[in-house]
Amino acid sequence: MQGFKEDFYLNFIKDDRWRYIADGLGTTFSVTFFAAVFGIFLGFLIALVRSTVDKGGSKSVFLKVLDGICKVYLTVIRGTPAMIQLLIMYYIVFSSPNVSKQVVAILTFGLNSAAYVAEIFRSGIMSIDQGQFEAGRSLGFSYAQTMLYIITPQAFKNVLPALANEFITLLKETSICGYIALTDITHGANTIRSQTYEPYLPLLGAALIYLIIVCVLTAGVSRLERRLRTDAR
Amino acid sequence: MQDNSMVLFDIQDLCKSFGELKVLEHISTRICQGEVVVIVGPSGSGKSTFLRSLNLLEEPTGGKILFEGRDITDPKCDINRHRQKIGMVFQHFHLFPHKTILENMTLAPMKLLKKSKQEAEAKAMQLLERVGLEEKANAYPSQLSGGQKQRIAIVRSLCMDPDVMLFDEPTSALDPEMVGEVLNVMSDLARGGMTMVIVTHEMGFAKEVGTRIMFIDEGHIKEENTPKEFFANPVNPRLKEFLSKVL
Ligand SMILES: Nc1ncnc2c1ncn2[C@@H]1O[C@H](COP(=O)(O)OP(=O)(O)O)[C@@H](O)[C@H]1O
Ligand SMILES: [Mg+2]
Repeated sequence: MQGFKEDFYLNFIKDDRWRYIADGLGTTFSVTFFAAVFGIFLGFLIALVRSTVDKGGSKSVFLKVLDGICKVYLTVIRGTPAMIQLLIMYYIVFSSPNVSKQVVAILTFGLNSAAYVAEIFRSGIMSIDQGQFEAGRSLGFSYAQTMLYIITPQAFKNVLPALANEFITLLKETSICGYIALTDITHGANTIRSQTYEPYLPLLGAALIYLIIVCVLTAGVSRLERRLRTDAR
Repeated sequence: MQDNSMVLFDIQDLCKSFGELKVLEHISTRICQGEVVVIVGPSGSGKSTFLRSLNLLEEPTGGKILFEGRDITDPKCDINRHRQKIGMVFQHFHLFPHKTILENMTLAPMKLLKKSKQEAEAKAMQLLERVGLEEKANAYPSQLSGGQKQRIAIVRSLCMDPDVMLFDEPTSALDPEMVGEVLNVMSDLARGGMTMVIVTHEMGFAKEVGTRIMFIDEGHIKEENTPKEFFANPVNPRLKEFLSKVL
């Protein structure tokens, strides 16, 4: 017990080392949050293009080209590790030293999650009965209005749990931020370890923090799922 | 048939194929204001395809459809505007499950006709009363029975003040005890002078409410006549055979 107290003091209290973790927590949250917002926005647009072409709802050549680009994008993003994407963004795309590491991380994870979100949204849109679409069109709504007022609200509700799970995964994925020397929880913990030569507390502590966040979020998703199920009646 | 100014649909040489499959072959007919046209025929004969062509849910592969004098098969025509005037009721209702009954009914009038919320709701409530479902205004579709859903689907279309209503087997998905309540609403509508085109297997209803019965078979209108003549003196052998099976 005495040893634990000393270790705790050394790793977290002395020299205000807890700040590495606290700062890291802020970074992890903000990268995850902004990447999620960006990912939802871009993923939604990609899903609209993909499902419009899939349904044969448009004969526009422009849309077909756009759809082709989206497909390539999805293939590349989902076919390469997030880590190599992060390094490419940092060292090749934004090689200038002036750009904020946090912005690079947000963009990388945003572009990355957009690819997964797009497929979630697309399956949500495609799962809505074609009859809903026809009912909307027969009332006089345009394709876009039908999507906006009738299809996407239902699709969104259906995929909300899958979407939330995607962002829980994203939160854990941001733990590679340290590779561009951005201090997230993992990198903060690892910094403490390198200063104290004491791996147990910092690394296990960081793991515990992730675990708690994930458990809280997962519990939230389960509640959401139950709510949605009772709402559907 | 009545004079030209009353013609709502003028269907000229309408063809529709799905790939190799020719479903409609050179169909020509007119549907005039106030008519209640009932379409009957064997399953798979193209009744739905014909009906759905009238509001371009199916795009014809040949021929023309004039609605109120305008060629709606012309790609330059704004089909969305014309669809506002063509109500449609489906076999499986297709109410919007994420919206209340009232919202189902006011969505299109508010967004498309730019009606105020009060105005749209007043009209919706009036229609709900007409079909005896005013107490369901704030319910969700999943809380209604099939017959109630279909009655709502009908009044949802009526909220747009259509000039004609299309029905594709509106009672085929219903339990038998609910068929009557839906047919009653449709009879009322017909009595009120609404132009209607109805695909149905309810021969009793067709005889009573229809002004013209149309037999579609193998992609053609094989026979059409007043209900009385249609059932009493069928000419086409395929129709005779069909009637012997369904009556
Ligand atoms: N979207 C479609 N794609 C391919 N074939 C279709 C499609 N819709 C209908 N058909 C075919 O067209 C024929 C007529 O169908 P339909 O108009 O639904 O008949 P009915 O309503 O008289 O039972 C059927 O053989 C059906 O399989
Ligand atoms: Mg049919």
